[in-house]
Amino acid sequence: MSRRNAVGYLAAFAVIGVTVVPLLFVVLGGFRTTAQINASPAGLPGPFVWDNYAEVAGSPVFWRLLGNSALIAVIATTLAVVLGAMAAFALSRYRFWGREGVYTLFTLGLLFPLGVATLPLYLWLRQLGLLENPLGVAIPEAAFSLPVTIVILRPFMNAIPGELEDAALLDGAAKLGFFWRILLPLSRPALITVSVLAFVTSWNFYLLPLLVFNDSTNFTLPLGVAMFQSEHTQDTAKVLAFTALSMIPALAFFVLAERRMVGGLTGSVKG
Amino acid sequence: MSAAITTRPPTAPVPHAPAAGGTRRRSRLRTRLELALLLVPALVLFAGFVLIPIGVAGYYSLYSWNGFGPITDFVGLDNYVDAFSGEVFQGAIGHNLIIAVLSIVVQLPLSIGLALLLNRKLRGRTFLRMVVFAPYVLSEAVTAVIWLLMLQPGGFVDEVLRGVGLGGLVQLWLADQSIVLYTLFLVITWKYIGFGVILLLAGLQGVPPELREAAALDGASAWQITRHVVLPLLGPTIRVWIFLSVIGSLQLFDLVWIMTLGGPANASTTMATYLVDHGFKRYEFGFGSAVAVILFIICFLFALLYQRFALRRDTEGALTGVR
Repeated sequence: MSRRNAVGYLAAFAVIGVTVVPLLFVVLGGFRTTAQINASPAGLPGPFVWDNYAEVAGSPVFWRLLGNSALIAVIATTLAVVLGAMAAFALSRYRFWGREGVYTLFTLGLLFPLGVATLPLYLWLRQLGLLENPLGVAIPEAAFSLPVTIVILRPFMNAIPGELEDAALLDGAAKLGFFWRILLPLSRPALITVSVLAFVTSWNFYLLPLLVFNDSTNFTLPLGVAMFQSEHTQDTAKVLAFTALSMIPALAFFVLAERRMVGGLTGSVKG
Repeated sequence: MSAAITTRPPTAPVPHAPAAGGTRRRSRLRTRLELALLLVPALVLFAGFVLIPIGVAGYYSLYSWNGFGPITDFVGLDNYVDAFSGEVFQGAIGHNLIIAVLSIVVQLPLSIGLALLLNRKLRGRTFLRMVVFAPYVLSEAVTAVIWLLMLQPGGFVDEVLRGVGLGGLVQLWLADQSIVLYTLFLVITWKYIGFGVILLLAGLQGVPPELREAAALDGASAWQITRHVVLPLLGPTIRVWIFLSVIGSLQLFDLVWIMTLGGPANASTTMATYLVDHGFKRYEFGFGSAVAVILFIICFLFALLYQRFALRRDTEGALTGVR
C-alpha cells in the first residue's frame, strides 16, 4: 500500500510541477528585467525588480480593463441568474402545456457556445446600436449563460418538497410569494453555483468583446492582455508582470469559490 | 383555501370539490400571467440573442454580402460549395478533428490515470485538487500569452529542455508548420486536463468501496478491479467528458487566434478562426455566415448522434455548459 501511495505522491508532485511552473514563470518573470529574462529565460529573479509591477499597477490601463471586465461580468451574471431563476421556477413548480418543450429549447443552448452565432450576433448588435457598448457584450453573454443556469436550477427547485409549497399556499401566500420568500432562499447554494459559473464565463470571454469593441478604452481584461502582449513584444518582463496581475482576480475568485465551482461542474454531471 | 386548490397542477388530483367557476377562471388567468411574467423575459433574451442570430446566419449564408448595404445578391448554396472546396477550410476541419481525436486518445487516458492516482488518501488532497484545477480558471487569452512567451525560440521551454539534456527535442514550436498544431494541443491539454481530472475524481467518489472490496475478496488484482469494476462505473462521467471535449475542440478559437492567428501558412487554422478571418477581417459576411452554419451543423449533428447513441443511457440532464 505504501508503495502505491508513493506512486500517488510522485504523480501528485509531477502534476503540481507541470501546472505551477508556467504560473511561477509569469509571476517571477515579472520581478526580473527583460535583459535578465533574455539572458536566462528559466532563471530566478536576482536582484528582485519591482519596476514592472509598479509600472503596470500605476498605469490606468490595467485598472480600466479590470473595471470594464467587472462591469460586464456583473451585468451578465445578474441578468442570467435573475431571469434564469424565474424561468427555472416556472419550469419546475408549474405544470403547463409545452413545459418540456421549453425546457428542451433551453438545454439545446448548451450545445452551442457563442462562437457559432457571433457573426449574425455582431450584425444584430450593430443594428441595435450596441457596438462599443458594455451591454452589447453583457446581454449576449447572459443569454448564452441561461441554459446552464436553468439546467442546474430546475432540478434543484424540483427537489424542494411540495409540502413546503402547499403549506405556504395554505397560509395564504401567493405562488410568487412562495418563490420569493421560501424557494429562492432555499435555493441559495444552487444560485451561488450558477452565479459563479456565469461570472467566470463572462470574465474569461474573448471572442465577443473582440468583435464588439474596437476602441481599446472599452476592452476587457482578456482582450487587454492579448493587446498588451502584442504591443510590448520587446518588453517581456513587463508583459509578464501585466499577465501576472491579470491572473490574480480569476485565481483569487477561484480560491474563494472553489467549492462552488468544482461542486457546480461535477454536481451537474450526474454519473 | 380555494387558491391552494385551484393553483394545483391540473393533472394532480383535486381533493375537494372545485371552487366556484368565477374564482377558478380568475386564478387560472392569474397562473397564466405569472407564467408569462416568469418565462417571457428569459425566452426573449434567449431567442433574441441565441436562436435568432443562428437562424439569421442561415439567411445571410445564401447571399454574397459585405455586411453593408442591402442584401440582394442571392447566390444560393455557392458559399457552401466555395467553403467546402477551399483547401484552407478543408484543412481547418481536419485540424479541428485532429484536436478532437487527440483529446480523446491522449487527454482521456491521462485524466483517468491521474484521477485514479489522486484518488488515494494522500496528504493535502484538497490543495492538490485546487492546483490541478487552477489553469482551467484562467482565460484562454491569459493561457495563450503565457505559453506564447514560454515557447519563444530560445525561451523558457527551450532552455529547460536543454538544461535537462533534451536539447534535441527543441523545435520552432509555433513557427514550424508540421509542429504547430501539436504544440497548441499541448497547451490545450495543460489548460483543460484539470477539468477532466476533477470530473473523474467526482465520478470516483460515486464508486462504492464495497464493490472493490468484494472484487478483491474474489481474488481480483488491482488492475482487474480498475478495469472491470471502476472504469465501467465511471462510464457516464467519461461519456460526458468526451462530449464536452469534442464540442470544445470543434469550437476552438481564442487560444489559436492569440498564439498563431491560424498560421504559419494556415497550418493551425480552425473552423472558428477561419470564420472570423473571413467574416470580419475580409467583410465576407455571406460567406462567413455559411461557415458559421457549417460549424453549427457539425456540432449539432455530433451532439444529436452522440446523445442518441452514447448518452441516452445516462441520467437526464447530464450535460452541462462547460467548455
